[in-house]
Amino acid sequence: MLSVSGVHTYYGQVQALRGVDIEVKQGEIVTLIGANGAGKSTLLMTISGAPHPQQGRVTFDGQDITDLPPHEIVRLGIAQSPEGRRIFPRMSVYENLQMGSVPSRSDHFDEALEQAYELFPILKERQDQRAGTLSGGEQQMLAIARALMSKPRLLLLDEPSLGLAPLVVRQIFNVIKEINERDGMTVFLVEQNAYHALKLAHRGYVMVTGNISMSGTGKELLDNPEIRAAYLEGGH
Amino acid sequence: MEYFIQQLINGLTLGAIYGLIAIGYTMVYGIIGMINFAHGEIYMIGAFVSFIAFLVLGAVGITYIPLALLVVLLLAMVFSAIYGWSVERIAYRPLRGAPRLSPLISAIGMSIFLQNYVQILQGARVKAMQPLISGGFTLMEHDGFTVTISYLQIFIIVLTIVLMAVFATVIGKTALGRAQRACEQDRVMASLVGVNVDRTISLTFVMGASLAAVAGLMVTIYYGVIDFYIGFLAGIKAFTAAVLGGIGSMPGAMLGGLLIGLVEAFWSAYFSIEYKDVAVFSILVLVLIFRPTGILGKPEVDKV
Repeated sequence: MLSVSGVHTYYGQVQALRGVDIEVKQGEIVTLIGANGAGKSTLLMTISGAPHPQQGRVTFDGQDITDLPPHEIVRLGIAQSPEGRRIFPRMSVYENLQMGSVPSRSDHFDEALEQAYELFPILKERQDQRAGTLSGGEQQMLAIARALMSKPRLLLLDEPSLGLAPLVVRQIFNVIKEINERDGMTVFLVEQNAYHALKLAHRGYVMVTGNISMSGTGKELLDNPEIRAAYLEGGH
Repeated sequence: MEYFIQQLINGLTLGAIYGLIAIGYTMVYGIIGMINFAHGEIYMIGAFVSFIAFLVLGAVGITYIPLALLVVLLLAMVFSAIYGWSVERIAYRPLRGAPRLSPLISAIGMSIFLQNYVQILQGARVKAMQPLISGGFTLMEHDGFTVTISYLQIFIIVLTIVLMAVFATVIGKTALGRAQRACEQDRVMASLVGVNVDRTISLTFVMGASLAAVAGLMVTIYYGVIDFYIGFLAGIKAFTAAVLGGIGSMPGAMLGGLLIGLVEAFWSAYFSIEYKDVAVFSILVLVLIFRPTGILGKPEVDKV
């Protein structure tokens, strides 16, 4: 479904990705783990088209999307809940969800809204509240719900568990599992919380300083002693 | 007392005009974080288009004033919108992502260019027009001093209120307005949810320019004299209004415009008409020193 091949991305002079190859298939949850600054978020942003890679190709359903602008990429069915959530703080929760539905035209709005409220009932209670006043967990839920409003076929999630209480993390991971199993949503998930993410994922990749250093099924990676030492020690 | 009320009416009229221009500054600042110093020139072009359109309409014999006003209003808005769009396209869009100073210098260059462009095309002499609408209501009379509100002042104030209501609705309730606010808050994220950021910025310039054009029409019929240089002073005063109200805030721009109009009218009436510009720019200095966020502006802090 999504194929990233030989991608090099720079931020100014700094090279963040050094030839990344990744494959995400229809219906999968794929996890990307790695340390801070490894380039995980850059990879997600490159897939979304902001920034564009200097070298390499990104294809989605066989279509080359490497040089498309971000607002066209999301129209093809790739939505992102980005690093730091980036909700629109001075808009209401409801307006944030309206923004999420920009690519999908108005006739799907009510249905998508109902599904979003079903997944995250708290957002319905908060719908007229300014998004900037929500708690961290609620903001994360809003960011995911906003991405889902466009009815994407591929959902990119960047560290949805960062800074959240364990209970909220569990809730969010359950939702990811639910939309994958029930709706067949394909998910590409970036996480530092490697244990939970790998348990959830069908397959995973490990990124080290702009390169993919390892890949395998979630279970293989969880059982790998190197990964246990680097990413899972002392965790969970 | 009568004198005071008369100045109040004059000040509100002037303030409505400044407010309409100030909204263009504030909208553009909100969405791309730069002061569009060519905005005063867009207003000046709006005044010239109005002036020319009135002459043409007069020549072809359309003298029914409400119809003429409507036609001129639309022409001025359309032409100025095209100029506003082109300025963004030519002078600012190529500099997106450049250091903040670059588009600012480009804006000043655009301002000088447009002044000279109009001067060459239309000549440097002041253009004067016969009063289009005369007469008004006498509100009160006392000791030989009458307080009047002219039909023209009513037209200006009512049109301003209508346009404000329309714009507040567009920004608050429509998809375009939401896209504009989204770009203002986080431009990259707006593009990730499918907003065409470049198009939204262009439309913001078009909206600001068409309001400036209305202000240009208003001065043309209110004062009856225009020249290629009027955009400079009016532009800086409207900029002062936008800063006073809180740059980036739409209601602030309107409020700032009204306050600047009132200050100018009262200063001229009670102190000295020669120093009215000094009074206005002293406000700019004081606001920048003591309350840089303006009256309705919010400090740029948000819970993350």
